[in-house]
Amino acid sequence: MKLLHKKWVTIPLLWIITFIVWQIGAWIYGPEIIPGPAATWQGARELLSDGSLMRYIGISFYRVFAGWALGSLLAIPIGLTIGKVTAIRVFAEPFLNFVRFIPPIAFITLFLVWFGIGEQSKIALIMYATLFIVIINTLTGVLAIEEDRIRSARSMGASEWQILLHVVIPATTPYIFTGIRLAMGTSYMAIIGAEMIAANEGVGFLIWNSRLYFRTDWIFVGLISLGLMGFVTDRIVGWLGSKLLFRYGVINTTAFRRR
Amino acid sequence: MLNTSPSPNTITIERLNKSYSDVKPGSSGSLHYIIKDIDLVVKGGEFFVLLGPSGCGKSTLLNMIAGFVSKTGGSLRVGNDEVDKPGKERAVVFQQADSSLFPWLTVRQNVEFGLKMKKMPKDQRQEISDRYIRLVGLFGHESKFPRELSGGMKQRVQLARVLANDPAILLMDEPFGALDAMTRRIMQKELSQIWRETGKTVIFVTHDIQEALLLGQRIAVMSTGPNARISSIYQVPIGYPRDPASPSLNELQRHIQSHFDAELEGGMYP
Repeated sequence: MKLLHKKWVTIPLLWIITFIVWQIGAWIYGPEIIPGPAATWQGARELLSDGSLMRYIGISFYRVFAGWALGSLLAIPIGLTIGKVTAIRVFAEPFLNFVRFIPPIAFITLFLVWFGIGEQSKIALIMYATLFIVIINTLTGVLAIEEDRIRSARSMGASEWQILLHVVIPATTPYIFTGIRLAMGTSYMAIIGAEMIAANEGVGFLIWNSRLYFRTDWIFVGLISLGLMGFVTDRIVGWLGSKLLFRYGVINTTAFRRR
Repeated sequence: MLNTSPSPNTITIERLNKSYSDVKPGSSGSLHYIIKDIDLVVKGGEFFVLLGPSGCGKSTLLNMIAGFVSKTGGSLRVGNDEVDKPGKERAVVFQQADSSLFPWLTVRQNVEFGLKMKKMPKDQRQEISDRYIRLVGLFGHESKFPRELSGGMKQRVQLARVLANDPAILLMDEPFGALDAMTRRIMQKELSQIWRETGKTVIFVTHDIQEALLLGQRIAVMSTGPNARISSIYQVPIGYPRDPASPSLNELQRHIQSHFDAELEGGMYP
């Protein structure tokens, strides 16, 4: 049983079992309800051959990335300000705790009205999905800074601006990073919702549109693409974080799990 | 003290208070004193120890001298200037190195922090940090991060970091309290030596009578708070380096211990 502790054994084994269960399901319920691995592969090849799958993945990824990057860039200074300035925090905190319970998808119609049916409304939606998670994490990070660190910087002659730059931001970096990484997940959820309702391209559109032709195999292709996209981006973000931000205490949780 | 202006690193404290008012509903807002009416003069270049049990207000007093905690009455001057905020001439060595060092900076970068804040050129910074890293015995560890160091080494980094800014006054809040007995003894010896070499004013807070006696020229014993004040000041007329086993030191230790015992029996803790 020692072999079961080895990663190169467990991972392929997991996939083999998944494929077997999947295939059995397909045999029992028929390909219309559950398209098996072969039928899904067939569907994927159709979508790949005319280039639509890669285009949809590219478009969804672009929307997520643009909204997520803009949202994070906006959220970090806001979070730092709310965390640092008590007068602002008093007003901002109840508001944040109110708004963060409104899921992005609830805003789709309003965002369409406000920003039009083009890319803007989707990117704005992802920004919304990103914004509050990153703000709240940044804010928590600022509030968690040890008082002694600020005091020691101050008694070594650092100005308030230098304290922000050289103490507050570095000390908050792990929190900001966690917020950014979590926001990536909610961004994917939001974009699929938006693409299902108002788009004619993207993975969400693919999944939603496939119902018109009753192509459950295409739906499977869409779901698997989503899983892969999320998995790959999360790994990249995690890896970049542990490489670039190691000194700030950001660790790659995958490496952690393996230990 | 008539009209003689004190040396710039003399600390003069007169009738110093720190109080807070009770604002519970129904109460008339009575004042509670953490420390009350403290008078004290610490001369430039002196090694002064504040000794007392935990919760007696000695850290509060130190934080007030550091400028972290504002006074509610009286006067607190460094040289001729009233203290109302932290200043570069008063460096603080904190009890917990883990919460005061910058974990994202290497040993060298930590030591150079204050110099970088005043925009000193890099080669000059390096020269100074080299000197103080050597002084505290961290040569060869410059590019390590605090998390890679032992507790004693982290306190050495803190010491080098404040010394690099060349402050006139060192304020130390139980800096060796979290160290094991052997490391503590080594650090005490080194601090004592650094003090004798640099001639800085040191105010050292501790609850350890032996530590106080090994380091201080004068020891202020604080009464237990609230309403904390300095109940007596002992001179330690013993030359450095001091031997913890010397009879005169032990005699003083017994004396101070009996002072505390008497205070405890005096109904402070019913």
